[in-house]
Amino acid sequence: MASTQGGPPAFNNAVVRWIDKRLPIFTFMHHEYGVFPTPRNFNYWWSFGGIAMVMLIIMIVTGIVLAMNYTPHIDFAHDSVQRIHRDVNHGWLVQYLHMNGASFFFIAVFIHIFRGLYYGSYKNPRELLWILGVTILLLMMATAFMGYVLPWGQMSFWGATVITNLFSAIPVIGPDIVTFLWGGFSVDNPTLNRFFSLHFVLPFVIVGVVVLHVAAMHVAGSNNPLGIDPKGPQDTLPFSPYYVTKDGFSLLAFLTIFAIFVFFAPDFFGEPDNYIKANPLVTPPHIVPEWYFLPFYAILRAVPDKLGGVLAMFGAIAVLYILPWLDTARVRSARFRPIYKWFFWVLVLDCFILGYCGANPPEGYFVPLSQVATLYYFFHFLILLPVLGKLERPLPLPNSIAESVLKKSAI
Amino acid sequence: MRKLLAAAAVALAALSAPAFAEGPKVKLLDVKFSFEGPFGTYDYKAVQRGFQVYKEVCAACHSLSLVAYRNLRDIGLSEAAVKAIAAEVQIRDLNDAGEMAERPGRPADRFRAPFANEAAARAANNGAYPPDLSLMVKARLDGARYLYSLMLGYEDYAKLTDAQKKELKLAADFKLQPNMQFNKYFPGFQIAMVKPLNDGQIAYNEEATTAGIKNDLPQLAKDLTHFLAWASEPKMEERKRTGVKAVIFLLILSGLFYAVKRKVWADVH
Amino acid sequence: MATSNKTASLGGHAGHGDAVTRRDFLYVATAATGAVGAAAATWPLINNLNPAADTLALASIELSLKGIEVGQSITVKWRGKPVFVRRRSPEEIAKAQADDKAALPDPETDAKRVKKDKAEWLVLIGVCTHLGCVPSGQQVGSERGEFGGWFCPCHGSHYDTSGRIRKGPAPKNLEVPDYSFLDGDVLKIG
Repeated sequence: MASTQGGPPAFNNAVVRWIDKRLPIFTFMHHEYGVFPTPRNFNYWWSFGGIAMVMLIIMIVTGIVLAMNYTPHIDFAHDSVQRIHRDVNHGWLVQYLHMNGASFFFIAVFIHIFRGLYYGSYKNPRELLWILGVTILLLMMATAFMGYVLPWGQMSFWGATVITNLFSAIPVIGPDIVTFLWGGFSVDNPTLNRFFSLHFVLPFVIVGVVVLHVAAMHVAGSNNPLGIDPKGPQDTLPFSPYYVTKDGFSLLAFLTIFAIFVFFAPDFFGEPDNYIKANPLVTPPHIVPEWYFLPFYAILRAVPDKLGGVLAMFGAIAVLYILPWLDTARVRSARFRPIYKWFFWVLVLDCFILGYCGANPPEGYFVPLSQVATLYYFFHFLILLPVLGKLERPLPLPNSIAESVLKKSAI
Repeated sequence: MRKLLAAAAVALAALSAPAFAEGPKVKLLDVKFSFEGPFGTYDYKAVQRGFQVYKEVCAACHSLSLVAYRNLRDIGLSEAAVKAIAAEVQIRDLNDAGEMAERPGRPADRFRAPFANEAAARAANNGAYPPDLSLMVKARLDGARYLYSLMLGYEDYAKLTDAQKKELKLAADFKLQPNMQFNKYFPGFQIAMVKPLNDGQIAYNEEATTAGIKNDLPQLAKDLTHFLAWASEPKMEERKRTGVKAVIFLLILSGLFYAVKRKVWADVH
Repeated sequence: MATSNKTASLGGHAGHGDAVTRRDFLYVATAATGAVGAAAATWPLINNLNPAADTLALASIELSLKGIEVGQSITVKWRGKPVFVRRRSPEEIAKAQADDKAALPDPETDAKRVKKDKAEWLVLIGVCTHLGCVPSGQQVGSERGEFGGWFCPCHGSHYDTSGRIRKGPAPKNLEVPDYSFLDGDVLKIG
């Protein structure tokens, strides 16, 4: 197969040939997924992009089926989800897959993002690829937030109330925007209806951006753990069968862990309060968002000013957009950045600390802790990365991927 | 690969933090249920006894709106028994003349609520609203143990010693409001519900008595909790059974893929 | 996924001798297992679309026949469709039985359309077999067609006192649902 790289593939099947002549989808698939030259030195962290894509498909398929039995009305929404659990054939399974699928989608995407941060996958020529990825994250967050409202439990309702109220921090027009978002004077039936509509349609927008994300990746080519460009065929392998089998294995391992949660701890990521029907007159004593929002929630609360908190929270995503221009380092991979390597892990720890703060009430030592962690988060991106790139002296890069791989296997 | 697993373990540990972050202020009573754990199943005899407790005590105030009489077939009651239980209650429904009228319940009906609406329930209960119990076990942290503890947690506040109050970290200005009961396990310690279960309150059938099942308070509370756990998730056993198959299958397929991957990559390394 | 693809493309560059068969066996086994898994994973999604338990619980209904006079009909809703329950008069029964030998578009004896010893009770799904309209004839004084049974106003199908099609475009007799009589004059449909 590798020998046919670049040339037009010869298809044995006449039907395939007939179609391909008129619409070369088979040639396209052959080039982009069959023989597509992929760096030969990927580690397992490179599997998570594909895993995230499979999770997106799982979410869309289960979501479409759930929508067939879900009723987007405040009087029936909560009970209709329970009817799916109790009366609809295998409804419990589809609902648990969807509910836990959101968490596992975020797990895959977060790992995918941190892999990019470690190996400098956002650097030239992959800036746009990275920006599209951050856009996917933003769309995912919007979709997940609205999806969490649909079961119409206490956390759904109060989460929606708190997050939509963030927009009231905008000067002058804030309150009007909030009323506009609600379609009324509080989170109510119109809000639920529009959230259902948007929650249904946004995943298809995500699919669109994912297509662009993957297309951009096929133009620039994949980054790799060494962060150096492949210099020839000796540095790459055809995507199929090498990475089909490798990614296939990681995917199945990931799905096994996913299945363990779905079948044996389906409520692990959830809040008991969401099994109480939404009550606009009673606020739960402790409102927490879903775990994947906790770091952002901590940043929001760390800033004592309302508008400042909102700006900081959105700023936490915004810095990712300009990241390719903040990092001034000449090499991509942290393998050759002896100092950055450590700061990367400090950032990971910082995000976990933020998540921990977000899960706890803003009292006692959590207040200063979340403030320090928030400051550090912005320090990392806005100050450390530009300065470190200038100061740090990178280790010598290997001449080629093949050389590095062969040297390793010789030892 | 090992690194990856280690990272996953760290991530999971960190993620579980929110689950432990908030907990009941007082340690719940230690009680074991057969439905716990990855392979736990319901004890349907206990569920049936618990249903009897619900029907004779709780149903006077608490609805169970997500459960239908037909669901009782799943806990081992016969079709005739389910029909008879359903027919005991009167359901408000449209009659042929288009008027709201009462008719005997049918197996397809959901459990009849004791009150027509929340306002009626509050009016009859000193302003307190007895919550629906369909999801109670899922809607509380460590729900089964919490409910069990709650049933056993009533204390005569007047007789509490200072040491006990201190142990509960009761606020210095704590005052039991009128029409409220003191309960060790209820958040805030005051609950509007009068102690619902007492020793010997329910007469279990002969089968249970000959099997040596007592009807003291802990047993009644345990059976009731068992019934409500079933009501919260009637498909739990199906979920776990399917899960065993799914996980074993995925492990095998993962193993096969790993072997394929090794073979494919053999000539690269 | 790409499993089938893979086995095909891999066949070409396998090694020699025993290794070939072992390797091929592994690929085939993996592809087959993957296919089984994909099929098993699809089933819950498809099964989701089947009628749910609460819908099935209403698949059979019971109604009391007490108070239905001779010559009277009632209509009940069953599985989203009207069901006609008619307590026929002796004249109607006699007419229906006499017509057993008439030229029927969909030949069927009256005895086959009612339960033994219960010829008085005729139970029909009240949906015209032509294009699904609900025939008239249930109310006192409503149009009952040339044969004294039911008449479909949409395209003029006439049904007799046994619910058999006699005239008009409908191809089949009105359908008789599964039903049985329980103790105490209770009719169970479904």
